[in-house]
Formats: sequence, structure tokens, C-alpha cells
Amino acid sequence: MSLGSDDVKSIAHLARLEIDEKNIEEHAKTLSSIIGLVEEMNAVDTTGIKPMAHPMDISQRLRADEVLEENQRELFQKVAPETKDGLYLVPQVIE
Amino acid sequence: MEWETVIGLEIHAQLRTKSKIFSSASTAFGAAPNTQACAVDLGLPGVLPVVNAEAIRMATKFGLATNSEVCKHSVFARKNYFYPDLPKGYQISQMELPIVGVGSIDIDLEDGTKKTIGITRAHLEEDAGKSLHEDYQGMTGIDLNRAGTPLLEIVSEPDMRSAKEAVAYMKKIHSLVQYLEICDGNMAEGSFRCDANVSVRPKGQKEYGTRAELKNINSFRFVERAINLEVERQIEEIEDGRKVVQETRLYDADKHETRSMRSKEEANDYRYFPDPDLLPVVLDDVYLEEVRKTLPELPAEKSTRFVNDLGLSEYDAGILTTSRELADFFEAVINESVEAKLTANWIIGDVSARLNKEDLSITDCPVSVIHLAGMLKRIEDNTISGKIAKDVFDGMWKGEGDADTVIEKKGLKQITDNSAIEAIIDEVISNSPNQLEQYRSGKDKLFGYFVGQVMKASQGKANPAQVNTILKDKLK
Repeated sequence: MSLGSDDVKSIAHLARLEIDEKNIEEHAKTLSSIIGLVEEMNAVDTTGIKPMAHPMDISQRLRADEVLEENQRELFQKVAPETKDGLYLVPQVIE
Repeated sequence: MEWETVIGLEIHAQLRTKSKIFSSASTAFGAAPNTQACAVDLGLPGVLPVVNAEAIRMATKFGLATNSEVCKHSVFARKNYFYPDLPKGYQISQMELPIVGVGSIDIDLEDGTKKTIGITRAHLEEDAGKSLHEDYQGMTGIDLNRAGTPLLEIVSEPDMRSAKEAVAYMKKIHSLVQYLEICDGNMAEGSFRCDANVSVRPKGQKEYGTRAELKNINSFRFVERAINLEVERQIEEIEDGRKVVQETRLYDADKHETRSMRSKEEANDYRYFPDPDLLPVVLDDVYLEEVRKTLPELPAEKSTRFVNDLGLSEYDAGILTTSRELADFFEAVINESVEAKLTANWIIGDVSARLNKEDLSITDCPVSVIHLAGMLKRIEDNTISGKIAKDVFDGMWKGEGDADTVIEKKGLKQITDNSAIEAIIDEVISNSPNQLEQYRSGKDKLFGYFVGQVMKASQGKANPAQVNTILKDKLK
């Protein structure tokens, strides 16, 4: 399977990546070769093997339900481009 | 053409944990903006989510209570989309292996019958933050306190056939999650909200019609209205020769309309994949058994017990068990050795009516269990009639003391002395010669008139049963 330039554009849009029009063909080629590798792996017979959700075969450790975090708003908001009344301000989104 | 409505609901129940699902920040409602949004909630680089054990336990409780399959191996996945209230660029949710699988719940229909609604699944996920669009001149304000709050999304099968059934189902789940103490059910604060998938099809047709999704409905009344409105709209579309498009619509309660949320219909492509930051959650039989032991008596079991052991009607038992608090109140009153049916009538009748009128819940009832029980005992021992009890109840509601105090103060004690009642009756009869003549010449209906007059003359205090007997005798 190989990706066309429309696929690349749509993947870039979904990931909110800006890509240069002149590089699209190159991206299509590299991405296609990754898919090619996956296709190659498909040749391995995996009948009866349970898919893993994580490469490590261990299970999640759980945390006790306790509030341990303190308010660090001032610290976090130092790196925010803009804040007001304790809110992070972002370009207007209206849906 | 006759149309059939098909509805499926996705209910978001906010779990009552103290801390968030993947971080140790507080979930308390109403804090100043962003004071409860920690590095994990903000999606800062290098942070790792760690699953809250309590969220897992609560989801398990729900699964067990709905006879659903609780998955011993569940996986968290990333749902990718960009919106500023979701700083990571993805929401941690569950896709292929949710914690709760197929189950069901019975709902009560208006005609008294039951209907089983299938539960497709229930999965854990994190809530997003809040966007504030006003007052920031061309900017949007973001409060991430809510980001990372644990949600249980309960997805139903498209088994409901009317807005009323959808409401009945939503109420059932609402009551259940509160019984289980996994969600506070506060709809005004958004702890319990729902999306409705609605479609119509010609009656008899097997295939489903194209559905629209109504977003974020946060009251029972709005669910019913929004669905009915959407059904009307879809039928009109089809009958006018247009097509229903699959889309997300928003119900506007003020304008009483649903409208499309997206101008350009762009198919969502969330590109779910297992979250590499989180390992599979593995539960074993010992754990499930432990959780099962903590399940409270559920509404359906409680209701059956009320019918079988206390002799209540199914209707009364159903109403009393709609909320755990109401059922607890009822049981507390009968534990003061008051008869169950009398107690049920009062709680379902006068108590609930007054609470509704003043917009209070049973836990805020100004009349205590002890005071209500005390009054009901005075009805049982004939000190007051049921009618006079309404005045006593009103007095207790207004804080005038317990039943005996109110009865004493207002002189409401029932007249049970035969001779006193006879005297009142004699006077009423002698004041109504015309009615007496008509009655004696066969106009039986006038009996009610005499009863009314006697009750009026005794200011409602004459014992009604005695009045009936003596009056019948005297009118002969």
C-alpha cells in the first residue's frame, strides 16, 4: 500500500502539522515505506497469539485516591502566552 | 405514514473520587480557575498518568450492578482531537477493551410494565476542561480544573422507542449510580449528563434510519423535549423529500430548537490507539468478589422487598425506591413502628408535594423522621383525622414543634366522643329541613352534603367514621 499526496495532507491536517507543499511527495514516500514494513511483518503467522496493548507484558499499578497536588497555578501560568483572571487565554474558538 | 422512533443514550456519569483519574489533583467543584489543574492535567511534557484505583472500583461496581461483564483486562486508548480544553491533543478513554461490557437494566414504563434496555458497554475516560467564550475580547478563556475528572460513559443499545422511555432509562441509571455511591447525580453541576442518538424509521422497517446525535443534555425535562423536537424535525425532513444527515446537534432550551453544531460536516477521525503511557488494567475474581460484597441493596431488590415484606403496591414501592435517600427516609419512619402503607401514602403524597413545591430534596425535609412518625401515630390512634393531619403537617413544616405540640396549640384534637358528635349532627339536621326532606324522599346523594356540614361545623375535627355511622342512623 502506498500513500498519495491527499493522504499526506489529511494526516498532516489531523495532526495539525504544517508541511511544505514541495515536500509532500517525499513524505508520501517515507510514510509508504513505513507501511511497507508493517505489511512485511503481516507475513508472520500470528494465529492463536493474543494481541498485546503494550509491548511490556505487565499490568497497570493503581494509585490510591488521595489529593496530593497543591495549587501551582502561578508557576504553570508563567509559561503561558496569555492569562487573565486565572484562565489561560487562547485564540477564540467558536463552534 | 406511521413512524417509529429509535433512541440510544450515552450517559456521562462523573465518578465521585476525591482525586482525578490520572493525577492526584482534587476534583472538588467550584474552585478558582486552574487551581486544581496539575502538570498531568495540563499535559506538560514528561508527565505520566497513573490510574486511580477508586475509579476502577466504581466502574466495577456499576458493571456488577447491571449484570454486565466486567472485563478482567481493559485498556486505555488515546482519542485524538484538537480543542483548547484538551491540552494534550488527545483524551484518554477506552475503545476496544472497555472495563464494562454487555449488560442490561430494566426500566418501568408508564403503563406499569417493565422493559429491558441493553447496555452496550461502559468505559472510563477523563473529562475535558471548560471554555469560557464571553468577556475576553476575541479570546477564549480556559479553565482546566475539570480536565482529568473521571467519567464513566455508559452506552445503551438503541432499545428505546420514545422520549418517555429514554427519560425512564436515564432516571433509572441516575438512581442506580447514586445508590452505588459512585456519582453524586448533580445535573446542574454537570456530574450527570447525556447525549441522545435519535433516528426515525417507517414502522415495520428493520434497518435503522440515519441518526443525529443530540449533545450534552443536562436535565430530564430537556431530554424529553429535545428528543421529541428532533423526531418531529426528522419526520418533516423525510416527508418533505429531504434526507436526514448524520450530524451532531445542540438542543437550545431557550429557543426550543435543535441546531447543527458543525457548519462543515467533517467526519471525525479520532485515530484511537492504545495509550503507551498506560498498561492494561487487570482484575481478578478475588477482586470482583470483594467489590460485589460492597454492593448495597439495589432499587429493584429494595422495591421487591417493600412489596413482599411490607405489603406496598408495586407502584408505591417503585416511587419510594427512586432514590436511596427517599427509601431511607421511608424506612426510618416505619422503624418508629408506624404502619407502612400509611407512611408510604404520606411520603408519596403530602411530603413529596411540599418538597416539590419548595424545590427541596428529601434530605432537606424540614419535618424530621421522628416528627413525621409521631404525627402518623396520632392518625393511627385516632387523635387526629387524615384531613386534620394536613394542618398538623403544615405546622411541623413551619417549625412549630412536634405533632403533639401542634395538635395541642391549634386545638386540632379529633372529636371521638359520640355524644359530642351527636350534638353537632342534631344541630346540622335541624338547620337543614329542606335537605332532610329531599333525602328522606330518596335523594341519597345528599348524604354527602350532611357529612360536609358536620365536618364544617366541627372544624374538621369530628371522627369521619363515627360521623358516618351516627349520621346514617339519625337520617333514617
